[in-house]
Amino acid sequence: MKKILAMLLALSMIFALCACGGSKEETKTETETPAAEAAPAAEAAPAAAAGAFKLGVQGPLTGGAAIYGTAVVNGAKIAVDEINAKGGIQFELQAQDDEADSGDKAINAYNALMDWGMQVLVGPVTSGSGVTVGAQAYADRVFCLTPSGSSVDCIADKDNFFQVCFTDPNQGVASADYMAKNYAGAKVAVIYKNDDAYSQGIRDTFVKEAEAKAVEVVYEGTFNESTQTDFSVQLTAAQAAGADMVFLPIYYTPASVILSQANAMGYAPTFFGVDGMDGILAMPGFDTALAEGVMLLTPFSADSQDALTQNFVAKYQAAYGETPNQFAADAYDAVYIVAAALEAAGCTPDMDAAAICEALIPVMPTISVDGVTGQGMTWAASGEVSKAPMAIVIKDGVYVTP
Amino acid sequence: MKMKKKIAWSDYMTYIGVTIAFVIVSFLKKGGALNRSQLGLLVPICAYITMAISLNLTVGILGELSLGHAGFMSIGAFSGIIAAMSLVNVIPYDGVRMAIAMVVGAVMAGIFGFFIGIPVLRLRGDYLAIVTLAFGEIIKEILTCLIVGVDAEGLHILINIDGSKTASDLNLLEGGKAIIKGAQGAVGTKTIASFTAGYILIMISLIIILNLIRSRSGRAIMAIRDNRIAAESVGIEITKYKMMAFVTSAAIAGAAGALYGLNYSSLAAAKFDFNTSILVLVFVVLGGLGNIWGSIVAATVLYILPEALRSFADYRMLMYAIVLIVVMLATNSSKAKDLLDKLKPAGKEEEQ
Repeated sequence: MKKILAMLLALSMIFALCACGGSKEETKTETETPAAEAAPAAEAAPAAAAGAFKLGVQGPLTGGAAIYGTAVVNGAKIAVDEINAKGGIQFELQAQDDEADSGDKAINAYNALMDWGMQVLVGPVTSGSGVTVGAQAYADRVFCLTPSGSSVDCIADKDNFFQVCFTDPNQGVASADYMAKNYAGAKVAVIYKNDDAYSQGIRDTFVKEAEAKAVEVVYEGTFNESTQTDFSVQLTAAQAAGADMVFLPIYYTPASVILSQANAMGYAPTFFGVDGMDGILAMPGFDTALAEGVMLLTPFSADSQDALTQNFVAKYQAAYGETPNQFAADAYDAVYIVAAALEAAGCTPDMDAAAICEALIPVMPTISVDGVTGQGMTWAASGEVSKAPMAIVIKDGVYVTP
Repeated sequence: MKMKKKIAWSDYMTYIGVTIAFVIVSFLKKGGALNRSQLGLLVPICAYITMAISLNLTVGILGELSLGHAGFMSIGAFSGIIAAMSLVNVIPYDGVRMAIAMVVGAVMAGIFGFFIGIPVLRLRGDYLAIVTLAFGEIIKEILTCLIVGVDAEGLHILINIDGSKTASDLNLLEGGKAIIKGAQGAVGTKTIASFTAGYILIMISLIIILNLIRSRSGRAIMAIRDNRIAAESVGIEITKYKMMAFVTSAAIAGAAGALYGLNYSSLAAAKFDFNTSILVLVFVVLGGLGNIWGSIVAATVLYILPEALRSFADYRMLMYAIVLIVVMLATNSSKAKDLLDKLKPAGKEEEQ
């Protein structure tokens, strides 16, 4: 009897799923989900929705890098709500999950957005996905502004792809410069992930710049996706090499393992991260005491006192109950940048994606935007952003400016 | 006699079924009834179907659990990309380059399959599974170190073991182009894969695999699976037939990899990790071990599923897992089997 009941339940579930799958062609059903989620926006928007630009976001909403994708979507939603409430340019937002994949799943997410009628893409969130989707968007003539896809390969040879974050080389150069200036004579160990374009890119320029600036790199350790759960070898080697500073151009998940293992073996150098380290404090189950004294180079600090940041942080905390990280801030800025560019180019929501793309490309190098991740951000025609990086340090579980 | 006829009939139905599906989808495609997401799924589905039927040869027919199938796919993908990209100026026809890429991918994966097969096929059961898993990872690591470029002088290949080399160390001549940049994988690939190429690949793979299964060699392979000692006692050369199945499986996976790799403008070796091997294994197991037709259906349905579940937003992957469990329970329940058997007589003539 139980079995029959289970089978019935199973069948009804499958039918329900099939029904959902079948409705895929009517894109209307799909748009309802995000709209319903962004409840405050949806309530204010309907009146103007007819004349709204369709803004797509794609990033990892599930899987190991989900914290970035979710932060980007949350940050973008706040900006969209604010802009819609102001009147003028109106946005409609849809987010799709690409699982931080660099192959088929990235393209699948992008295609789902295109079917919805996306006009501008705020994304992709990760570099791997950015390279793949970027090439496709270049062919399709869709304007892309990635909040956090920092690899140079994202913007290389594409006129329609712009970044809000720094490129990897810039992060590497800025980190080496900062160390040369503030930690003269430090012996640096680098632990990086060599199957990740992001990590490899930062390491390459860091090592080059470190050499030029006479920062001594005493040890370089690598790891990859499948070995990122144990770092005892690299840490022992770094300690043996006498490193008093460890540079970690990696994401926060492996970084958290490094921090706890270094702590367990009683090795206490200064850890220095880049933007991928951001988010470590919000990681579930992570003891923030381990991150005490960790430095990172990021354009955004949630405890900054300017009105723009304060407003954003307060709204983010009210909506999602946590302090926004740099990804959320980048996404928040990205939406404002798109709005500024659309306004400057005089685009209207009835234009198609390709026309908007052609209109925005010449405008981007001419605008300057003040956001939470930098004052007076400007762009080169190549897609690179120009803004000042800021070093922050973790103290008592929060980011503070040293 | 009757048995043989029935088997042949089911093979023809497989060919016809795939062809009908291809014709219907092509018509829909031409008529503009498919949206972008659906169009974008066609080539990866073809690649995964081919992967599933090739893995079914190792797991279902030969009866050895292989956990490194994505490794062969990546060899095929990267060698296929190198072949297609370096011939861009020589052969202007996309279709011809695609075919060459798939052949190169199959040959390279077949060669690797042979060399890996020598140590691996001496093992049995769990040990074999673990060693194939290790080889899959080794292949991925080596490809992560690979830097390849092409210029007027030909191919330049670097193996970047210590992580100190980059694409600029290739010293390419003016007009040269880096095809594979180490950990970043293949960047800037010209996408030439098409649905038609995918269909042809599936058909060729089916013809090879189904004919192998029905041949004398195929019966020997299945005899090894069913009882190794008995097979050996009647004079079947175990190593030879195991190798035959394993290399064929690897070569077809290589061709599938070439199709997959040439469908995306950028591809990193990290994509072909343990998870991809397991994904393909899930297709095979859910479709039924040794059941080629089942693998095709399972690969198609399970590949479309996560995309069809996009409307669940955040709960998408949760729903995917639930469906997997439900399908597994449903296909293994004796009640469901009884139910299917009752339904069968009516549809038997058409189905089987």
